[in-house]
Amino acid sequence: MSSEKSTTLFIQHFQPECRFLHYYLKEMEGYQGLKKAFGMSPSEVIEEVKSSQLRGRGGAGFPTGMKWGFIPKQSSVPKYLVCNADESEPGTFKDRDLMRYTPHLLLEGMLIGAYAIGARSGYIYIRGEYAREAVLLQEAIEEAYAARYLGSNIQGSGFDFELTVHRGAGAYICGEETALLNSLEGKRGEPRVKPPFPAQAGAFGGPTIVNNVETLACVPFILRRGGPWFAQLGKLEKSGGTRLFCLSGHVKKPGLYELPAAGVTLRELIYTYGGGILNDRKLKAVIPGGSSAPVLTAEEIDVVLDVEPLMKIGSMLGSAGVVVVSEDYCVVKLIQRIAKFYAHESCGQCTPCREGCRWMEEVLERIEHGKGRTQDLNLLLQIADNIQGKTLCALGDAAAGPVASFVKKFQSDFEAHIRGGKCPN
Amino acid sequence: MKQDKKLLSQKFYDAMKKLEPRYPKKVALLLPALHEAQQERGWLPPEILDEIASYLEIHPAQVREVASFYTMYDLEPVGKYHFKFCTNIACALRGADALLEHCQKKWGIVCGETTSDQRFTLREEECLGACGTAPALMMNQQYYEGLDIAKLDALLESLE
Repeated sequence: MSSEKSTTLFIQHFQPECRFLHYYLKEMEGYQGLKKAFGMSPSEVIEEVKSSQLRGRGGAGFPTGMKWGFIPKQSSVPKYLVCNADESEPGTFKDRDLMRYTPHLLLEGMLIGAYAIGARSGYIYIRGEYAREAVLLQEAIEEAYAARYLGSNIQGSGFDFELTVHRGAGAYICGEETALLNSLEGKRGEPRVKPPFPAQAGAFGGPTIVNNVETLACVPFILRRGGPWFAQLGKLEKSGGTRLFCLSGHVKKPGLYELPAAGVTLRELIYTYGGGILNDRKLKAVIPGGSSAPVLTAEEIDVVLDVEPLMKIGSMLGSAGVVVVSEDYCVVKLIQRIAKFYAHESCGQCTPCREGCRWMEEVLERIEHGKGRTQDLNLLLQIADNIQGKTLCALGDAAAGPVASFVKKFQSDFEAHIRGGKCPN
Repeated sequence: MKQDKKLLSQKFYDAMKKLEPRYPKKVALLLPALHEAQQERGWLPPEILDEIASYLEIHPAQVREVASFYTMYDLEPVGKYHFKFCTNIACALRGADALLEHCQKKWGIVCGETTSDQRFTLREEECLGACGTAPALMMNQQYYEGLDIAKLDALLESLE
């Protein structure tokens, strides 16, 4: 692999002084993408984003331009653009830095998106724990209002856009876009039945686009330098731009690494960028895309970190939250903690998820504490199978997939617990 | 329920009034109202939930069903210092359990409890989104990251 410096869009600006409008205007070509967008028709903007091969950075990896294209041109009710800043997928911590260091990038991305889909109001739904980041966003929004980048007749364009920060209050499920919309409307964060999809009927019944923070932060660059320029930053045809990889767990240098999309293997990220395994221990397992991603073994890390390559080997890139586990930590204990998380965060609407997540947690707990039975491994796979594909939203799958993957890939670790009557670690 | 005497301050009502035009429906103010009220009162006692219901012109049960869904709303009193330790995977791999254990021993309480002098509440938290600087905790509205026992002790000593 080459360690030569690749183009980065964000990470050189992840400093406290970069959050201000004067910095953004002077050092980051601030609001030039918006200016360009105002000279184009909304459908031309959508075409530009399509040509950039930008895909959603929140987890699903859906092409952003195509998503915007789903919004009806005419609507009798107001349309909305909502930023999903509910970053809470375990192992993910990129949107937080984008919001506290480069909030105007997000604002400009939202303005361009709103112009493209014809929305006059937008919300940034930020997780409640990011209280500090919510304040910083609000300060950036106030700067933007004062400089006429928000409000009515923005920069004399005739375009109006009102932007509001809306804080969540501690619920992982609100990262699911329809749960987020319910929460925005003052309800419990329970996912909705789809269809209708948000593009038809989303926030307050209006056609709505929900995009992740990093996704929207890419948009100004696409307008400034063109879709094809952005597309060529990525190393696979369908993946444009750079990606912020969140590296955590047992590595020597945890943190954010911005690299070309599909431009790095898991091995390179861990050993070349992350400095290798903490205390030079042996690698045991890697969760490549947040805790919802099925686990990989040490033998599977030569995979390119992108949507399709990871899907091909039965896992997913998700939110690019890479959690590294050395031989020092018990994998049964780890998946028990993951199962506990999903059992806690299941909203309770769908029986297979509500009951299944609890059962998986309980069975894993007894295995970890040496009280498991041989048939428990099959039982876990059976419960996982009874959840997968049988729920309203993806949370059930996000719980079941990892459990099944740990049981299958680390069977001998589970068996050692059952045979020995205790956790061997 | 009609209440004659308001318990929430004018500051609360001013903040809500400022937010109201930002939403097409008044009920969308429910989460912001709960945050603001909790900030003011320290927690959310029943009479406050009722006052929010009457302000938003919704049934008090609707306020309760929403407030109880979200973990950040405290429907019972909490200590002056509310510690929430992230014990999710990235923090667990970096020693979160030992930090939690340290506080449990020091304060003689278990997770979910408050010390009898009402100074400390201890809770286990799901991922705080600070995995690159794990282990992390949130105390009241503030994050503390890259912790170890020594740093945790220094934080505890700095508190009144």
